[in-house]
Amino acid sequence: MTSLLTRRRDKIDDLGGRSLTADALIRLRRNPVAIVGAVIVGLFVLVSIFAPLLAPHGPAEVFPELQRNLRPDSIPGALPGFPLGSDQNGRDFFSRLLLASRQTLFVGVFATLIGLVFGVLIGAIAGAFGGWVDTVLMRVTDVLLSIPSLLLAISIAALAARPSQTTVIIAVALVNVPIFARLLRGAMLAQRESDHVLAATSLGVRRGAIVVRHMLPNAMGPVIVQATLTLATSILDAAALSFLGLGDGDPARAEWGLMLANAQSYLDVRPALAFYPAIAIILVALGFTLLGEALREALDPKGRR
Amino acid sequence: MLRFIVRRLIQVVPTLLLLSVLLFAWLRSLPGGPAAALLGDKATPEKIAELNTVLGLDQPIPVQYVKFLGRAITGDFGNSLITGEPVTTEIARALPATIELSVAALLIAVVLGIPLGYLAARYRGRPLDTTTIIGTLVGVAVPVFFLGYLLKQWFAVDLGWFPPSGRQAVDIEATHVTGFAVLDGLLTREFDASWDALTHLVLPAIALATIPLAVIVRITRASVLDVMGSDFVRTANSKGLAPGTVRQRHVLRNALLPVSTTIGLQTGLLLAGAVLTEKVFVWGGLGTLLAQAIERRDYPRLQAVVLLGALVYVLVNLLVDLSYAIIDPRVRVR
Amino acid sequence: MSALLEVEDLKVAFTRRGEPDSVAVDGVSFDVQPGEIVGLVGESGCGKSVTSLAIMRLLPERGNRVTGSIRMDGDELTALSDGQLRERRGRDLSMIFQDPLSSLNPVITVGLQITEVLTRHRGMDKKAARAEAVELLDRVGIPDPRRRLDAYPHQLSGGMRQRALIAIALACSPRLLIADEPTTALDVTIQAQILDLLKQLVAETGTALVMITHDLGVVAGLCDRVNVLYGGRIVERAERHELFRAPRHPYTHGLLGSIPRLDGPPGEDLAAIKGSVNDNLPWTSACAFAPRCPNALEVCTSVTPAPVEDGRFLRCHNPVGAS
Repeated sequence: MTSLLTRRRDKIDDLGGRSLTADALIRLRRNPVAIVGAVIVGLFVLVSIFAPLLAPHGPAEVFPELQRNLRPDSIPGALPGFPLGSDQNGRDFFSRLLLASRQTLFVGVFATLIGLVFGVLIGAIAGAFGGWVDTVLMRVTDVLLSIPSLLLAISIAALAARPSQTTVIIAVALVNVPIFARLLRGAMLAQRESDHVLAATSLGVRRGAIVVRHMLPNAMGPVIVQATLTLATSILDAAALSFLGLGDGDPARAEWGLMLANAQSYLDVRPALAFYPAIAIILVALGFTLLGEALREALDPKGRR
Repeated sequence: MLRFIVRRLIQVVPTLLLLSVLLFAWLRSLPGGPAAALLGDKATPEKIAELNTVLGLDQPIPVQYVKFLGRAITGDFGNSLITGEPVTTEIARALPATIELSVAALLIAVVLGIPLGYLAARYRGRPLDTTTIIGTLVGVAVPVFFLGYLLKQWFAVDLGWFPPSGRQAVDIEATHVTGFAVLDGLLTREFDASWDALTHLVLPAIALATIPLAVIVRITRASVLDVMGSDFVRTANSKGLAPGTVRQRHVLRNALLPVSTTIGLQTGLLLAGAVLTEKVFVWGGLGTLLAQAIERRDYPRLQAVVLLGALVYVLVNLLVDLSYAIIDPRVRVR
Repeated sequence: MSALLEVEDLKVAFTRRGEPDSVAVDGVSFDVQPGEIVGLVGESGCGKSVTSLAIMRLLPERGNRVTGSIRMDGDELTALSDGQLRERRGRDLSMIFQDPLSSLNPVITVGLQITEVLTRHRGMDKKAARAEAVELLDRVGIPDPRRRLDAYPHQLSGGMRQRALIAIALACSPRLLIADEPTTALDVTIQAQILDLLKQLVAETGTALVMITHDLGVVAGLCDRVNVLYGGRIVERAERHELFRAPRHPYTHGLLGSIPRLDGPPGEDLAAIKGSVNDNLPWTSACAFAPRCPNALEVCTSVTPAPVEDGRFLRCHNPVGAS
């Protein structure tokens, strides 16, 4: 009977034993959408890390040889030492394009992270306590959700005395807070009713411990998916704010959204000034969206077979 | 049904109240308050104090809020700091333009989105489906204002097919009845004015429609796929019904339920998109009003437009809930 | 008498890109005589539902491969076009599903879900179809049928929904009805009513019934002949009384042993079948049931048992009661 036993053991190893996370990772690696998304995001992060080494010039450096050639109807293209030519202010367009990746990533990540931290905190408190705490928190969240997100970001950013990178980040982050709060609360509520939480409660585990050890980790899947998708929308929202004149006012910094917004007036003079940052934004937003969608699919237990 | 509507309308009130409190609090929690924001670089303590007195901002915040609220109930949201006109008058004048643009965009999104989503689901995994999905993903990733500029540059400036900006050509004689330029032309039989307004509408409407279109396509596709795999569609097939009957009566009717929610959500979001689109195409609507208010820190106008945006959003979602009650017998309207 | 339905060497494999095919039905053959009630019995995953869906050609369009022959009245169903099959589905052969709630369209009335079959296959106009639908609802024992026509599925109880589904399936007096676990989703008290109703209706109309179930209790009260499925193959087939009197396959024996008996000694342990279908061995080089079989011999794990037809159909190296 040895053959029978070993065969059975092989079969069991083959079937079970994989955790949800490992399972999700395996499915991710098989999914072409995930691979494309991950490659785009990976490239983006690499470029932004090494941008200072790759960029031949600083973002604010104005070059007389470029500035000299600026005309109302022409902006110099590629020149020796300036592979993509000048921007509308006589700066090296290539260097600015590379360096801008850092600021875009910075804005996107911080707007998402701040939104996530506060949202998760609010959602967790509401979901864990329930009762009037839940009612009050969710009432406020609903009000924030009842305003179209860009409108909310606009009003927050517009009311600040002087637009800056910080106001952009705060405005976009605040829009993200209610989204994460609702999401986490929903996941927590579902958890609260679930058998494993009931089991832990019946074993006398303290509520705090249940929330931290049992409910939060299980609710994090959707939050991670949402965060990935939010990175894309945050970058787009920040670009829209820049377009409306609510962006970073610091000329020393280069950011894709800002570059795109400022290049709109030069579209018929030198469209490349708008096209390159636009394509960069589109690619990055696409990358995060693809990754987020693939993650959602991979983490969905219904997809397991 | 009527009681349901009334109750839902009453529920809108606390939402708007809370929103106005939040806006009010945020506005006044800024360093220096709105006066500093208004004055910008020119702010000196004396000037701020002076402006505060003029605007009534030297009073305690709760008093200010109650005053604001008292006036708001009578429809008075203050005067614009730019024009000095009542904000409500300005909004009333700009509203038709934005509604016209939004309706056109929504029409494009729905009329193209639902069939496209349905076809993608039906030919799942085929080239049509893949192309559609890629299209929707890119559509959501393109900044709306950039797309607007592209359309304008290509189809208006380079090809000259459409006018680049505005709502109507300056030399067109048009009588204004409703404020909706296309409709006015039809009502007064000034068809050339209607046609002219329509050509002005095309590009901005397409720009504004992209995101709702992409979202509607994706939701329709997902929803149709979901319903096609459901037990009751299997039952319908087991009855030997004609494929057309299965599609219309069983698949589409159920699949459109989540789509209608999405349409509602997207309608609410159109106002935000309109701010960007209107700026690109110099479309004199609410978006332009808001963009100006942002540039000049005209906060009475800003407050009013944002509150209006929220109100529209909430009302549209109420409409969606109502339509749900009509299509889905499981939803009880009480 | 020629058979109404003949299924021969039916195989269904589910295909997934980048993964080996998984075989759900592995060469199933059986037949149904006119007016006969035939059971397909086995635990979940044995392929009984897939078999029924394959006969109706209701498996998802993609991701599976069906081979073999399915003949009704001598016509090869697998050779029919989609349109030809749609003409026969609902008219000549129809089906009842397990979950009556999800099997009914939630947003249209029960009445329309019945009349649409009548207008499609019996060419009735709206009015005649409505009258006939009232008749049908009455026949399946739904009280106040005229009012129920305008009810939506969620307004009916579980038992009533299943009755409505039966009314739909029998609307055109088909010659073959397939019932896939029609009572599993119902309360125990309702289960018996539905089974009685089915039995009475098929007797009245002369409809042949293929009863798919995991519950031998259902088989005992209903079926003329029983096919026991394991791992996608029929392991034993016999006339009902024969099967219950002397089950030969250890799996059948186990299924019977896991039913509590009122006449057994109190406190007696139920003979559960150990393990689960996950332990199955491949039929190609063994008996799939061997790992769970109390009678397993060395040969069971290395040689496929050949089917034996001797009074009954049996696929076993070491049947129960063999000396």
